[in-house]
Amino acid sequence: MKIAVCVKRVPDSETRVKISPDGKSLDEAGVKFVLNPYDEFAVEEALRRKEKAGSGEVAVFCLGPAAAQETIRTALAMGADRGVLLQTDKIPADPYETAKLIAAALKPDTWDLILFGRMAIDDYNHQIGSLVAQLLDLPCVTAVSHLDIQGAKGVAEREIEGGIEVLEFPLPAVVTADKGLNEPRYPALKGIMAAKKKPLEIKPVQPAAGGMEIVALAPPAERKEGKIVGEGAAAVGELVRLLREEAKVL
Amino acid sequence: MKTLAVLEQRDGKLRKVSFEVVTAARRLGGPVDAVVCDTTDREGCAAALADKAKAGGYRAVVFTATATGRDLAPRVAGRLGVGVAADLTDLAADGDAIIGTRPVYAGKALQKVRVTARPAVLSLRPNIFTPDEAAAGVKPETLSVTSSGRVKVSEIKPAPAGTLDVAEAQVIISGGRGLKEPANFKVLEELAQAFGGRAAVGASRAVVDAGWRAHADQVGQTGKTVSPSLYIAVGISGAIQHLAGMRTSKVIVAINKDKDAPIFKVADYGVVGDLFEIVPKLTEEIRKLHG
Repeated sequence: MKIAVCVKRVPDSETRVKISPDGKSLDEAGVKFVLNPYDEFAVEEALRRKEKAGSGEVAVFCLGPAAAQETIRTALAMGADRGVLLQTDKIPADPYETAKLIAAALKPDTWDLILFGRMAIDDYNHQIGSLVAQLLDLPCVTAVSHLDIQGAKGVAEREIEGGIEVLEFPLPAVVTADKGLNEPRYPALKGIMAAKKKPLEIKPVQPAAGGMEIVALAPPAERKEGKIVGEGAAAVGELVRLLREEAKVL
Repeated sequence: MKTLAVLEQRDGKLRKVSFEVVTAARRLGGPVDAVVCDTTDREGCAAALADKAKAGGYRAVVFTATATGRDLAPRVAGRLGVGVAADLTDLAADGDAIIGTRPVYAGKALQKVRVTARPAVLSLRPNIFTPDEAAAGVKPETLSVTSSGRVKVSEIKPAPAGTLDVAEAQVIISGGRGLKEPANFKVLEELAQAFGGRAAVGASRAVVDAGWRAHADQVGQTGKTVSPSLYIAVGISGAIQHLAGMRTSKVIVAINKDKDAPIFKVADYGVVGDLFEIVPKLTEEIRKLHG
């Protein structure tokens, strides 16, 4: 089975956000970057599919700066076979431009499955997988928490408001992974050593400006200082009174 | 600025998010046409919407960022050759462009994005825009979907009766490590029931990762971002990635035995002490109110 996994380098979820002097971007000083958590599920799923099939290839694609080689190495250490970095210092503000570059990189090959995380935890765009599917004219199933593949047919489950949707689709397809799809493995020391020797191709790319521009990045409004109503069950009466009379939510 | 508002319905009735979309779309000035897709075939629906958007010469197409909207919006955008300005919490016309505000880094920062793409495809975070009265009268056109997609919905498994999705609930009662063991979430479920169908039980990442609760219930940076009227955090210390997912709630109550827990910094009202004494008492009081 030939599988592509598209990943992103993102700030760790524990990051405290500091804004750069330009007022538009994150101050990256001291920020720890990781493989986007949703992409870990995608990488894990790709590895399991290849292992189950008994043969094939898992190739990792990433659009990002030179430092994103580390992100790709993480996926290689988990067990992926090779990596491709679409190198640029500028992640486009317009997701369509990102999708075009990724689709162009995937297009020359034929993939049985193209996996993404359902979204990146930095920009919350949750659309690159769908846009790439559109550009490559492939069926697409998003935010999948359960996946079953038999031959050229896939069955996926995705969570919707008030239930779970079960979808059937033909392969090749684009699937985006939600948490719960699997339990991603930790790279073993052997894997980390092996990853250093795996092929990692670097292709410089020039994203176009597209139809969106980031004009500002600012901290959210601070919540006003709250109060401790009291201690223990004895405080509940007063809490309920405040919720009714002051906050008016009961 | 002529705008196309894409609504959602369930069981033949428009959902609250639909009125939010209409209300927000009107802020762009100019006429708003509303449409709804009466099918689970999102590929077919996306094709019909893209055709409608092109034929109607719309300047903007507005979706809601629900599970359905997040799936549908990029499909339509892709067909129109543009990206989605996703999960907006505010929007305004700016001359010929649109300025959208979107939470990034899970709400730790707000990004302002200037959208010049034509049409501008936007999605709005649910529970942020308060529907105005005029929106209630909206009569959407039902799109006829002719092409059929390659992905088929074979089944919809409904959530167990009486459970409400955390993304839709007006009241959320979330539990964390302080609950000590999975069975103890019963005390939170009882409190949720006391709210009579308006409340859902959420969970912190720690208890979801431990396998105590389903991922569907997780609130935070790698879970759901919620904005209910009332958020009650029980036995949750308030890790930054959890706060990110619930900080836009209208009113936050924290119940925790550690008076120095970071959750108290964002809470409007805090009660310090043993949750196993406090929560049942609260349940009793809420039941009295709802008699």
